[in-house]
Amino acid sequence: MSGILVIAEQRRGELRPVSLELVSAAQTLRRTGEAVAVAVLGVAPDRFVSQLSVGGVDEIVTIRVGLAEFDPDTFESAVGALIAARTPDLVLVAHSVDSFGYAAALAARLGLGFATDVFKAERIDGELVATRGGYGQKVNVEVDFPGRATVLLALRANVWKPPEKSASPRITAFDAPRVESRAAPREFIELAAGDDIDMTGAEFILSIGRGIGEEAKVPQFRELADAIGATLGCSRPIADAGWLPKSRQVGQSGKTASACKLYIAMGVSGAIQHLAGMKHVSTIVAVNSDAEASIFSVAKFGIVGDIFEIADELRKHF
Amino acid sequence: MKILVAVKQVAALDEDFEIRGDGRDVEPDCLIRDLNEWDDFSLEEAVKIKEAAAEPVEVVAVSVGPEEVDESLRKCLAKGADRALRVWDAAIAGSDSIAIARVLAAAARREAPGLLFAGVQSSDQSFAATGIAIAAFLGWPHAAVVSQLAYSPGAASAVFRRELEGGVLQAVEIRVPAVLTIQLGINTPRYASLRSIKQAAAKPIDVWSLADLQLSAADVGEAGSSSRVRRMYVPDKGRAELIEGDAARQAARLADIIREFKGAAA
Repeated sequence: MSGILVIAEQRRGELRPVSLELVSAAQTLRRTGEAVAVAVLGVAPDRFVSQLSVGGVDEIVTIRVGLAEFDPDTFESAVGALIAARTPDLVLVAHSVDSFGYAAALAARLGLGFATDVFKAERIDGELVATRGGYGQKVNVEVDFPGRATVLLALRANVWKPPEKSASPRITAFDAPRVESRAAPREFIELAAGDDIDMTGAEFILSIGRGIGEEAKVPQFRELADAIGATLGCSRPIADAGWLPKSRQVGQSGKTASACKLYIAMGVSGAIQHLAGMKHVSTIVAVNSDAEASIFSVAKFGIVGDIFEIADELRKHF
Repeated sequence: MKILVAVKQVAALDEDFEIRGDGRDVEPDCLIRDLNEWDDFSLEEAVKIKEAAAEPVEVVAVSVGPEEVDESLRKCLAKGADRALRVWDAAIAGSDSIAIARVLAAAARREAPGLLFAGVQSSDQSFAATGIAIAAFLGWPHAAVVSQLAYSPGAASAVFRRELEGGVLQAVEIRVPAVLTIQLGINTPRYASLRSIKQAAAKPIDVWSLADLQLSAADVGEAGSSSRVRRMYVPDKGRAELIEGDAARQAARLADIIREFKGAAA
């Protein structure tokens, strides 16, 4: 078993940026002389070749499939066939909604070593060791894969930096077995705005979380946001409860606070999915009554205290 | 028609938890146990289908774990499950999500449901793998991160939306029987009434062993798992600069930070 196989991700004709992060991770794990191949699936996979021609890629494997968009049966069958043909010792995928749909099935069927949401991977005395979070990210867990010839790791996005240099890898087409999919992907639906807010463009966000306790408290924070000139955002439980529209949700499945420079999180505990949408912001201020809340690990400033008292006091300044 | 809902009793750490002597887990008495948050939603989704159906639908909750897991299964019974199953054998201890999926798939084979739901992930170990691995062992169609579902019992397919990254959904049609992993927010889980909690106490929880499912010790535990915990430790976390003082002083400093930002932005 030799070689590292990276599975690129694309959606609606766009390569997902995490694909290149996987290539960087592969560099840190490749053994002397070991080749890195990147596989990309699609109806016209060649269109992704130039973007995938980055430093550290020895080969790009294009796999033409019948469906333009992700489909579990198609991916399992094609990636499974490629693993069988190439016998890599390591397969890297993104820890993403698409991989949620097929990676575990592949690992179960092929008997692969397997770990997800991996944010650190290394070889210790030649053995692959992956680190992930446990108990709600409160501890780090190192796992290994005794006796597994091939290991499949799903890597967390935004951990490895994409390669900067370009390269001229070999291009190979791989014939995947035809598969009749048991599911039919249909149209994409953009979340209805609910209101005309563009969270991705907001520079200053005041975000509220579960800590506000009840819907009746929302207007108070909406008013505060207006007074201080911030856009009101929220974490998942607030949007799921319908207290604010989904368009205000910051996080992995909601919006990324891409343009944000100041982010004030009130009563947001900091689930990993929420952090994914805001941890890059240069100034994060976390206000939470729980001094152990994970949000304090990404915040620049922390206020341990009652969010309602702080909100009332802050209001007096504007 | 039957819907099997695979649930997990998750564990959260208490404030002063300690790492176990062998360094591979935490001390078990530091764990606070509860039904996984995602499973509340998948159970509710099954009960909603049952309540809307013209034909009889049975909702069965299944979990893998020792006797203390009955507490979470009782919760499922109180929230509308008709029956509950628990699979346990000492050999299962230390299983990862793939080994647990193998056990749940064997239970599903015996129950032969028309749909199987699982949570997208567990709040404790967050592998996001069990449901889809169950589907692989069963050879069933599957989909992950379902945030909206339309299914009428008896229909040959279900239509759902899966929740992608960045506020985008995708509509998908899938053949049944199928395994779907259910996302938070797909519905509003009900609270159990006092009456239903009392009734749940009288409902049966069947307990199955590995032998009942034609599995052996080699299928579970470390031997049946795809990964092994090597070490568990508390990471050095980045810490925020804490703003001290009473609420008035803390808020005054926060107001300064906001003004500095606005000054720089202007």
